[in-house]
Amino acid sequence: MSFNNPLDALYRQVIMDHYKNPRNRGVLEDENVDINMNNPTCGDRVHLTLKVEDGKIIDAKFEGEGCSISMSSASMMTQAIKGKTVEEALRLANIFSDMMQGKEYDDSVDLGDIEALQGVSKFPARIKCATLAWKAMEKGLHSQQ
Amino acid sequence: MNAKEVRQLFPILDQEVNGKPLVYLDSAATSQKPLPVIEALEQYYRQYNSNVHRGVHTLGTKATDAYEGAREKVRKFINAKSTQEIIFTRGTTTALNTVAASYGRANLREGDEIVITYMEHHSNIIPWQQVAKATGATLKYIPLEEDGSISLEAVEKTVTPNTKIVSVMQVSNVLGAINPIKEIAQIAHKNGAVMVVDAAQSAPHMKIDVQDLDCDFLAFSGHKMCGPTGIGVLYGKRTLLEQMEPVEFGGEMIDFVGLYESTWKELPWKFEGGTPIIAGAIGLGAAIDFLEQIGLDHIAAHEHRLAQYALEKMSAIEGLTIYGPKERAGLVTFNIADVHPHDVATVLDAEGIAVRAGHHCAQPLMKWLNVSATARASFYLYNTEEDIDRLVEALKKTKEYFSHVF
Repeated sequence: MSFNNPLDALYRQVIMDHYKNPRNRGVLEDENVDINMNNPTCGDRVHLTLKVEDGKIIDAKFEGEGCSISMSSASMMTQAIKGKTVEEALRLANIFSDMMQGKEYDDSVDLGDIEALQGVSKFPARIKCATLAWKAMEKGLHSQQ
Repeated sequence: MNAKEVRQLFPILDQEVNGKPLVYLDSAATSQKPLPVIEALEQYYRQYNSNVHRGVHTLGTKATDAYEGAREKVRKFINAKSTQEIIFTRGTTTALNTVAASYGRANLREGDEIVITYMEHHSNIIPWQQVAKATGATLKYIPLEEDGSISLEAVEKTVTPNTKIVSVMQVSNVLGAINPIKEIAQIAHKNGAVMVVDAAQSAPHMKIDVQDLDCDFLAFSGHKMCGPTGIGVLYGKRTLLEQMEPVEFGGEMIDFVGLYESTWKELPWKFEGGTPIIAGAIGLGAAIDFLEQIGLDHIAAHEHRLAQYALEKMSAIEGLTIYGPKERAGLVTFNIADVHPHDVATVLDAEGIAVRAGHHCAQPLMKWLNVSATARASFYLYNTEEDIDRLVEALKKTKEYFSHVF
């Protein structure tokens, strides 16, 4: 590859896979959490729908427009939070936020594909792309509680 | 004009970004500053910083002379009749808001129309949306031609005798289209409307003559034309400005203050409430001297060459879409198939090349183009053909890079 290594740390294979083949893309019809969020400075947008029952996220889907980082992050997030309790999902959002800010983060939780987004923290201009879907989830779950 | 020599006067350009020599292609967002402007600001702060129009002391007089001297430079720069027609503002946005809030609110009624175009920047859309809501006037859009230009037929069709304000950008920050302001102003005037011009993307790059254009208001920003941020200009015809009420009230702009009533200073000061943007105006004056020394015609010709060169080289890249007409100002907005513009901009940044990615504060235009975002390379007097060669090479690499990671 003709580019320097930092780019490869950002554009990991698993990120591009989620971008090209997004998981849980769409809009839930039986949702009880429905949240739209934009990044007004760059135009990215995410529409997140969740089905929450007895404090558990039964189903999650997202729609949206944006760059590889924002869309892959949304895809990975929906994958990760499905089947988790609201509390666990919010904890995951905190861990993700720490990871994006380059802070030490709780590594007792298996992050799966999300781990691949760690490189984003080295690209300050792109952190907002990665956190868009997570902010939507936090806002949605808080308003639902 | 020798861009390589001009470049020496911009110290910021002489640096490496991510290990590569910087290629700055984001001047439509903000231009870089030459030494004469940096030195004028430094000299003001080091030697004669003082408030204006009030100090009896020597520094106050010096600062006032420099501030009002800058106003005269602006007057000459756009060929206004009088310095009374030159109001210093925070930038184009504030200038357009002043016209909307003062002239607009006072002169618009239900049934009146405000006419703008699909290519406007948000700063020439939202002030009119707000004044339309407040007055019951209707906001109308002039449609664009297929290549993104404006035809006078479309203007004729949209502007009617009910139209009171026509507000159009002279150069598009996305399409690079150069709009026929003089002819649009004639159509506006024929219908009894005033003509407002957003010159944010034209004033830095081409000679403007407000008397020849016969526009009623014209707005531009200092920071896009080698000046500092936080300074801009609102030009208005004196007869109109005289009728208008100030938008901001307070110090500096008053003639007499009573307990319940006050009166205003004469033009232009009645529109400059509060301590004015003294350093900014002085910096803008220095920028105007600098641009005029090189010559706006030379700058325009240089940028025209760069834009045509960029169009030729970039359109040869397969999978690259370019937006806007062929005849254009010095910028090229584009997308690479299957690569989001943010990703393009990140990859270019790793190559030391600064471009803009996003909606460029023109969401209605993005909708018209049917894209959510685009990337934009914009040129100024310090850019060279080598800069464009670097861009083209990096774009080819970007394509290659993403074809590998997918």
